[in-house]
Amino acid sequence: MALRLSFAHSLRTFDANVDLGVDDGETVALVGPSGAGKTTTLRVVAGLLRPARGSVSVDGDTWLDTATGIDWPAERRRVGYLFQEYALFPHLDVAANIRFGAPRGEAVDGLLDRFRIRGLARARVSELSGGERQRVALARALARRPKVLLLDEPLSALDAHTKAAVRAELHELLRGLGLPTIIVTHDFEDAAALARRVAVVVTGRVVQQGLAADLVARPVDAFVASLTGASLLHGTARAEENGLTEVVLDDGRSAWSSDVANGRVALAVHPWEVSFARVQVIDSAMNHLAGAITSIVPLGNRARVRVGELVGEISTSSLERLGLREGEVVIASFKATAARLLPLP
Amino acid sequence: MPPGDLVSALGTAAARDALVVTAETNAISMMLILLVGTPAAYWVATRETRLRDVVVTFVELPLVLPPAVAGIGLLAAFGRLGLLGGSIEALGIDIAFTQTAVVLAVTFVASPFYLRTAVAAFESIDPTLPAAARTLGAGPARVFLRVALPLASAGLGAGAALAFARGLGEFGATIMFAGSLQGTTQTLSLAIYEQFDLDFDVALAISAVLVVISGTVLLSVKLLTRWRSASPSLIPFAPSTRTST
Repeated sequence: MALRLSFAHSLRTFDANVDLGVDDGETVALVGPSGAGKTTTLRVVAGLLRPARGSVSVDGDTWLDTATGIDWPAERRRVGYLFQEYALFPHLDVAANIRFGAPRGEAVDGLLDRFRIRGLARARVSELSGGERQRVALARALARRPKVLLLDEPLSALDAHTKAAVRAELHELLRGLGLPTIIVTHDFEDAAALARRVAVVVTGRVVQQGLAADLVARPVDAFVASLTGASLLHGTARAEENGLTEVVLDDGRSAWSSDVANGRVALAVHPWEVSFARVQVIDSAMNHLAGAITSIVPLGNRARVRVGELVGEISTSSLERLGLREGEVVIASFKATAARLLPLP
Repeated sequence: MPPGDLVSALGTAAARDALVVTAETNAISMMLILLVGTPAAYWVATRETRLRDVVVTFVELPLVLPPAVAGIGLLAAFGRLGLLGGSIEALGIDIAFTQTAVVLAVTFVASPFYLRTAVAAFESIDPTLPAAARTLGAGPARVFLRVALPLASAGLGAGAALAFARGLGEFGATIMFAGSLQGTTQTLSLAIYEQFDLDFDVALAISAVLVVISGTVLLSVKLLTRWRSASPSLIPFAPSTRTST
């Protein structure tokens, strides 16, 4: 394990308790709501925050061990830290920003070329676009010759238009670097695109970690399900003789799931499992819920259709073929096998 | 009074001596304030201890203290019969009524103007910038010299100008602690007071000089502040939202 990290630290309203290992060349994404302790984790690794208890080791070097009193100062720990708003030095030009991280006297031309910012070398930080700032910040972080990469919301400062391109670029970069990398994000989609392993952090604890696909397929609780983009329908479950579970939803309607559960549950179903019809059709799907369309959000060649609590994603051609409009009543269908039941407290 | 007479009034020995004394003492004071005050302000601005409030209160005391009280205080501390006076005198040094006394008085009353502004300037630096510098391998000295100092420079300049202006006009503490000896401790402000009785034209001429200097200082503060708000160095390009912990 190239990076081994474990710490406990008291935050404002809860105690963070994180235990994480990241292999060489592996990228782990910490996903979760704001204030869950994600950035705290990065700060502990970088030495910007000394936790109450804990240890950090990288490549066999112990950077922090509160038990034995080892605590390398931040400047001695070789981390490449990409701050949320990039934290570029506004009083230095682009080249000087990058040189700041480089060993004394070392040229940074290679980095300028690699990140396509040679033309901006003399530019002031305030003149750069969001994407350019991110490239400068990455170049500066790499000039440090880091052993670990810590990226705090690397995409959140970008507009939607540049985000997709930057995300693909970043993914490529991380693959090439082969460094143990921790990415903090609140966006599951970004996490799934950039990281092999995703850890969901809620109130200072990792509630679930695994491959993004595992989190989607088998979320441990309703929060993880909604984080992965699933719609949640609340109701009371009762396991039936036929092996299926009937969920009496809070609005009185019934839905079926192949999961076994009893009592209060959230029924989670992903948008791509939901299809829409104008009239009731006879098909294999167990669940047909009628309702008025509350919103239609176009997403390129797809559209996100919301019917009450339920969100479905369909192609724009299907949308046009059905002629769906907001306010119209449709029947949303999904299979019982696509409905996950997650116990509620 | 024609301007020519004003200029010739500045040629009198009293005016020339006062100009030299003022220039020397204020230059030394400003050097002391900048060299000691800047690291001290940085130290205060980057600490979150209770000690910080104590230090700040102590530093701000001369701001609210009547100058006469400051003079008495300095005498009580450094005068021949003062608290530290005896031990200093044993070393063969006598401070009261020397140029050193002028420097002390000016430093005492002017330093808070610099320190307050300097602390505020250091505190207004986005804390992620020094943090970023540390992750890039910069130790405390390099963070101070290459990040904090340049980012606070506009504020430091404004504070220095204010302190300089206050030191230039220093009167009460100086006359009590250093006296008004022409050529030794008589600064421009003290010379105005003395010449007011002896030769009003000289007093007027010196006053005119001080008006020009003060005006220049005030203008430079305004320009610095404007440059500061227009300069990218003090407005972070993107607001630092520390929403996630």
